[in-house]
Amino acid sequence: MANIIKTTVLGILLFWLLAVIAGRALGLHGNEVDLHQVLANPSWQHWFGADDLGRDILARILRGVEVSFLVALGVTTVTMTVGVTIGLLAGFYGGKLDKVLMQITDVFLAFPGILLAIAFAAVLGPGVFNLMIALCLTGWVSYARLTRAQTLSLRNRQHVLASESLGAKPLRLMRYHIFPLLLSVLIVEATYSVASIMIAEASLSFLGLGIQAPNASWGAMLRDAVRYMLVAPHYVLLVGASLMSLILAINLGGDYLRDKLDIASSMNEATS
Amino acid sequence: MISRLFGFFTVIFGVLVLTFLLIHLVPGDPVEVMLGESASMADREALREQLGLNQPLITQFGTYLNKLAHGDLGQSIQTKTPIAELFRTRYPASIQLALLSMLIGLLVGVPLGVYAALNAGHWQDVVVTVVSVRLSAMPVFWLGPILMLVFAVCLGWLPVSGMDEPAAIILPALTLGFGLSAILTRMTRTSLLEVLNEDFIRTARAKGLSERTVIVRHALRAALLPIVTIVGLQMGSLLAGTVITETIFSWDGIGRLLVESIEKRDYPVTQACVLAVALSYVVINFLTDIAYRLVDPRMRHA
Repeated sequence: MANIIKTTVLGILLFWLLAVIAGRALGLHGNEVDLHQVLANPSWQHWFGADDLGRDILARILRGVEVSFLVALGVTTVTMTVGVTIGLLAGFYGGKLDKVLMQITDVFLAFPGILLAIAFAAVLGPGVFNLMIALCLTGWVSYARLTRAQTLSLRNRQHVLASESLGAKPLRLMRYHIFPLLLSVLIVEATYSVASIMIAEASLSFLGLGIQAPNASWGAMLRDAVRYMLVAPHYVLLVGASLMSLILAINLGGDYLRDKLDIASSMNEATS
Repeated sequence: MISRLFGFFTVIFGVLVLTFLLIHLVPGDPVEVMLGESASMADREALREQLGLNQPLITQFGTYLNKLAHGDLGQSIQTKTPIAELFRTRYPASIQLALLSMLIGLLVGVPLGVYAALNAGHWQDVVVTVVSVRLSAMPVFWLGPILMLVFAVCLGWLPVSGMDEPAAIILPALTLGFGLSAILTRMTRTSLLEVLNEDFIRTARAKGLSERTVIVRHALRAALLPIVTIVGLQMGSLLAGTVITETIFSWDGIGRLLVESIEKRDYPVTQACVLAVALSYVVINFLTDIAYRLVDPRMRHA
């Protein structure tokens, strides 16, 4: 079972990677307007058909993958760095600092799902950069929570106490004795978060808050596609299916990593 | 319990501060953004006065809290309608949608989860688990249009969108309920599998009870506890999930109001919608927490 999943995941990811590279190599940017091809059905000329301005849907999907993935990668890097730092500090020092930091994360967690990102993006104004800020402002919380919980339990492990009694400073303890043990959990979390950020980006762009026309993005394409659903059902189906395949592959990849890195038992080994 | 209550109020206070600050995050002059560059000086001053933007931040916050305490949510800049009035029809519409989705999620998710758990390790389990992973990864802005295409356009069984017919609620509720049922399936499966390993299940079986009684009366009752929590937590997320679903299906709830207000740059309405959804979420979570303690005897002294 694990092998089938691994092959499928790698296959889908590799397929997208090659497709994006091929698109780049062929110089497709999907912004060419061709009014003879408005909402054209899939054909040899346009494999996935054309959109409401006669632009090639496949080319736009490929650009959408690229943007979406880069946004997700950027946001994940920032949120992880900030979240892990906050979580480490809170978990390591405990006391008042912990209380205050966790109270702040509680407030952020009090906003369900994507609502806070929508609110931030709405007041910051549309655009890729603001979209990323909005996602960063809300994304660090889960990392902070996760890291704090793990740090709390690692803090009193014998190897940390031993090192501390030998005179190691807090920074050294966190960096060399706690952080490496967090890595596998963080890698899995980051994989899932890339997928969820891609969905969030699509949601915000769907609402008109993300990437702006004429640049391609999945969310904006889906919004147009829904508008023309009755005339050109292939548009919404193909864009959605592409997005789904990638999200699914990333999530399954996360499952695979979780089993492979065997998070539960690696934590136990750290004790002995 | 006391510390829970204290935490509850600090979170509410934090939510109020954060939503209050939202309008100050607008780059540049919020009044100019809202009224457009062509607005006259007098209009701008009037709006600034109305929103209290001339006062120091602390005073503004005080006024904001005071107004909220009196049920005054401010008014829309575009239509001058009091926001509380807009909420009177919009809020119940969203709650209705969320409740029906929850019902669908439960009716589909719990039986599937039980089925998967009872067949753990067999192909039925794998199929159910894989399908539920697939469904939960399906964003509403794709699932919604597909359901619309199939049931409204091709089959013509249900209205495409709007709120005119009672049946119009079915498609948006299905869209939201699908993802939820996937989460509930997985939760039920895990929870039931855990319970089935407990000593009291072995005792029940050893007593010679029928497998049916063991599962329904003993295992399921215990396994449903964590599901109560999930239902509560998801109820809040559902309210946020309605934002896109309501937009797709033209369902006049609070989510659509939020999106409309963003498009019109009607910030007071945006602010009020965010506050309403967030507060509902916090309150529902708090009530779930209390309910959990009441239902589970082990938690009473914790």
